[in-house]
Amino acid sequence: MLDFVNFYLIPGIVIGSIYTLGAIGISLIFSILRIAHLAHGDLIALGAYFALFGVVELGWSPYMALPLAMILTAATSIGMDRLCYRPLRRMRTVMVIIASFGVALMLRSAIMLIWGPGTEVYQSGIQRPMIWAGLRLQEKHLFIVGAAVVLVALLHLFLTRTTTGKAMRAVSDDPDLARVCGIRTEAVIRAMWGVAGCLCAAAGVFLGLDTQLNPLMGFSLLLPMFAAAILGGIGKPYGAIVGGMVIGIAEEVSTYPLFGDPLVSPTYKAAIAFTLMVLMLLWRPTGLFKGRVL
Amino acid sequence: MESATGLLLYATAVLTLGGIYAILALGLNIQWGFTGLFNLGIAGFFAVGAYSSAILTARPSPEHFGGFGLPMPLGLLAAALLAGLLAWPIGRLTLRLKADYLAIATIGIAEILRLVLKNEQGLTNGAVGISHIPRPFESLPRPYDELAFLGMVAGIVLVLYWALERARRAPWGRIMRAIRDNEASAEAAGKNAMAFKLEAFVFGSMIMGLGGGVYAHYVKFISPEAFEPLMSTFIVWVMLVAGGSGNNRGAIAGALAIWAIWSMTEILTSQLSADWTTRAAYLRVFLIGLFLQIILQRAPHGMFREVPPPPPEPSSPRQPESRSADT
Repeated sequence: MLDFVNFYLIPGIVIGSIYTLGAIGISLIFSILRIAHLAHGDLIALGAYFALFGVVELGWSPYMALPLAMILTAATSIGMDRLCYRPLRRMRTVMVIIASFGVALMLRSAIMLIWGPGTEVYQSGIQRPMIWAGLRLQEKHLFIVGAAVVLVALLHLFLTRTTTGKAMRAVSDDPDLARVCGIRTEAVIRAMWGVAGCLCAAAGVFLGLDTQLNPLMGFSLLLPMFAAAILGGIGKPYGAIVGGMVIGIAEEVSTYPLFGDPLVSPTYKAAIAFTLMVLMLLWRPTGLFKGRVL
Repeated sequence: MESATGLLLYATAVLTLGGIYAILALGLNIQWGFTGLFNLGIAGFFAVGAYSSAILTARPSPEHFGGFGLPMPLGLLAAALLAGLLAWPIGRLTLRLKADYLAIATIGIAEILRLVLKNEQGLTNGAVGISHIPRPFESLPRPYDELAFLGMVAGIVLVLYWALERARRAPWGRIMRAIRDNEASAEAAGKNAMAFKLEAFVFGSMIMGLGGGVYAHYVKFISPEAFEPLMSTFIVWVMLVAGGSGNNRGAIAGALAIWAIWSMTEILTSQLSADWTTRAAYLRVFLIGLFLQIILQRAPHGMFREVPPPPPEPSSPRQPESRSADT
């Protein structure tokens, strides 16, 4: 039982927190721009590599490099929107999705060009876990989950207490009405990219801390993150939290050797998220929290 | 004389692969260009076609499933059918939702397929792949075998072009355009949009499967690496968007032009030192991404703008059809 918690449930919660941060961004972008942002995974990878820059070049700890990565990724997101997505705003939204597909490849090849195609780590060596009543707790895991909770709480305050956050929700509810009321849509979109960029950087740094960095790390996140966003109800940032946790825990727990062999071979972990997404689309396409569909 | 033959062989190889890409681009044109279906899993249908034909036509081998030694046309037929069979349930499930869902679902299917190809040793020989796939015309002397294969690819492209042009002008193509441009009004006109979208999705995927089959017989050796999303999904999208989506001639021209550019830049970068050659490979990917952004913003119609099919001849002279402007 303790093995189950230590080696399946806790890693599930950790990866679930990472998926949550990505899925919130995906949901936020969908609710305001009405697009599936396919470059989200690669933006996350870029965030992780920005932090690597802080770690390697400036000698910072990855925790210290997180704010730097957030600022740089937020700036990249806003710039990317200005250069690649904004000019297409008047066209059908699918055009923006095609553009984001291209941006994904540009980001990925830029990472390979600058940092090389190999694997990187923030810190080498093994960290000994703290053992507490049989639970193996690693410092980095506590940090990841704790920081994810703090970020989600900050986002909640931002969306409910600040003028920009309220404007964001207004644009998401009804863009035309929001514009008529004098909300500057473009400013709201910029703020949204800033928030999404920060969340991406956090997800990337956490994933880098948890495992390692490689230029393809973002692409493999894309499917579980979208599954999480759809599970929670697309366009519902709070639903994305539940979705992210469900997908993360399901992926890890699915490899639990309940009857001797792993229930699902770890090589097919990626199929779990997809299967859950497909079942959700069959059963209730609006997701658990009645998000937008169609 | 030697170098002339070499040049001829090189040009033949570029044209043959360009022709295979043209088959994929034509398949995507049915889905995206005609009907507006957002398929980002071309790699998956391409791979299913390639592996189906390879398993059916290769000689028996202990390394992977089958090796049935069947003739190539049967392999190609199975390639198209199996790709269509894969497309049907995906389409059933996601076509009633917004385009975004089809995009995500097709990315997912292609990724899972790649995992299957990589891990199911018994079926596909895993990462090692399937070799000894028969290639037609191999008994001919050197330049002629390649030329004959090119002729076969060109023949397939031309037949597909002819068929798709017929389809585009036929009522079927008009309905597809109607669904793409305004699904609600197509439904109001009594068309079952879901059924037509499913037809377009399955038909387009079958063509991609056929392309995969032809590819397997051309390269004679396939492994999961050949079906990375970059070289088999993304580049086909760039080809169609650059050529002009909705225009079959554009799909073919885009495929040949982008493939020619891609192959020729490879010659340029292979002149560099080893370290720079790998870096230049990433730079090429970056530039092709940038190229797509520029086309989308500056020339969204591509090289060949979509031409609406001419209105049909009125079936009887007493019905002067009044029609609203075609969009």
